[in-house]
Amino acid sequence: MSRLTLLALQVLVAVVAIALWHVLTTVEIGGRMLLPPFFFSNPFDVAARIYKMFATGLVWRHLWVTLVESALAFVIGSVGGIVVGFWFARKPLVAAVFDPYVKMANALPRVVLAPIFTLWLGLGIWSKVALGVTLVFFIVFFNVYQGIKEVSPTVLANARMLGMNERQLMRHVYWPSALSWMFSSLHTSVGFAVVGAVVGEYLGSAAGLGYMIQQAEGVFDVAGVFAGMFVLAAFVIVIDAVVTLVENRLLVWRPAAAETRG
Amino acid sequence: MPAREGRGAAVALRDVTISFRLGGTADFTAVEAASLTVEDGEFVAIVGPTGCGKSTLLNVAAGLLTPSAGSAEIFGAPLAGLNPDAGYLFQADALFPWKTAVENVAIGLEVVGVASAEARARAKEWLGRVGLAPFAGRYPHMLSGGQRKRVGLAQVLIRDPKILLMDEPFGPLDAQTRQIMGNLLLELWSADRKAVMFVTHDLEEAIALSDRVVIMSAGPAARIIGDWRVPLPRPRDIGEVKLDEAFHVLHRDIWAKLKDEVLKGYARTGGG
Repeated sequence: MSRLTLLALQVLVAVVAIALWHVLTTVEIGGRMLLPPFFFSNPFDVAARIYKMFATGLVWRHLWVTLVESALAFVIGSVGGIVVGFWFARKPLVAAVFDPYVKMANALPRVVLAPIFTLWLGLGIWSKVALGVTLVFFIVFFNVYQGIKEVSPTVLANARMLGMNERQLMRHVYWPSALSWMFSSLHTSVGFAVVGAVVGEYLGSAAGLGYMIQQAEGVFDVAGVFAGMFVLAAFVIVIDAVVTLVENRLLVWRPAAAETRG
Repeated sequence: MPAREGRGAAVALRDVTISFRLGGTADFTAVEAASLTVEDGEFVAIVGPTGCGKSTLLNVAAGLLTPSAGSAEIFGAPLAGLNPDAGYLFQADALFPWKTAVENVAIGLEVVGVASAEARARAKEWLGRVGLAPFAGRYPHMLSGGQRKRVGLAQVLIRDPKILLMDEPFGPLDAQTRQIMGNLLLELWSADRKAVMFVTHDLEEAIALSDRVVIMSAGPAARIIGDWRVPLPRPRDIGEVKLDEAFHVLHRDIWAKLKDEVLKGYARTGGG
């Protein structure tokens, strides 16, 4: 199938969905609306709302806040995950001692931590960053740990026979292997950074996309909720596209077939 | 690397026994009381049935494995830790998948402190020598099995090791590629005649390449059960040498002994 046909079909799906939404929320069928506009708004109202958000420039501040929170959560969570992942993988005793606690912390639904972070860190961006960090950290940590543990024994033996010392092994073998695992889970970890930020905003904040949606919901402004959701979706798609670009650049050495791990 | 010629054999394994602990109390003895000497400049092939511990013996010479009993000496000095005089070409893929062909070859020099520009230049030279100059920028997964072996060969040889350890390096390759790789190996080897320990299960390959063929019995507790000199003249072409009368005589002799071991090996491993 050509790119153009594919694109046309993809657009078609959106057109049909929006048309259905429009018809069901504006045309009476059998004497009543199948989708009451109070709960479902309608495409034109939502589009007008999105337009207004950008025209007044109101949305940029919220987008920026969410972006900053996501980025900070991603960076801090990744650095933490890499450091602890390396530490655990190179020191099996430490890993064994902490193993039950890591499992416990990872099993905890992170949403329950949000109120605590708000208490500790206030309503500003840091409570959202903290929530994102708890999500990103574990993904990166497990991948880095696995990446170091799963270095092919032959490659390792080869590296040692080539005369690498511990530091060189780290740089030429463990580090690239760990990074490759981390990068292969980049979509997941970046996605979770955004989830952490938005959920945190939703549960208590003064700015951000989650805050926007929560505010609209609080006054039964369904058009506002949908508008916020669409902006959030577009935001995530843009970020995902950037991640794909970065990934293709960084994992150029990897065969295409083995690109889904984590 | 310090010059150590004239101080004993390149590799001298004396009564080497290697046992592994298999969960619980049972020990598994892979190799029992194996003695083997490889002189400097000598090409020795080690042949034996599948699972007889050939690779284990190689790992002892590499210093990757410490024998449970017996000793390993390298140029007259007892081996402790990794063998710095040895280059090891592994059976499985051992290239760094995150490095390009030229980076994979250059790394052998970079680890000993050669400046990266010079290491790269010499790596390119070596890639040319193994016939891969146009593929310098490719990553291992973009190369064929034979090409990866060539990169591996360059990676090992660029460090100019005194001893070359090869563990069924051409095992996974198809017949034609094996022959081409064999000739390439002989050509590179004849330039400076390193000591070679070449492990294979292919008797024809062993005779065609080497100066001496050593036969091991079926494992467990494999022993060295035969040692033949190969009287074929050098330089050799692997394809042509197989047509030589002396080749056939030797092959028949060795095979008569090896056959029983191969059958024993199959019986024990269920044909695997």
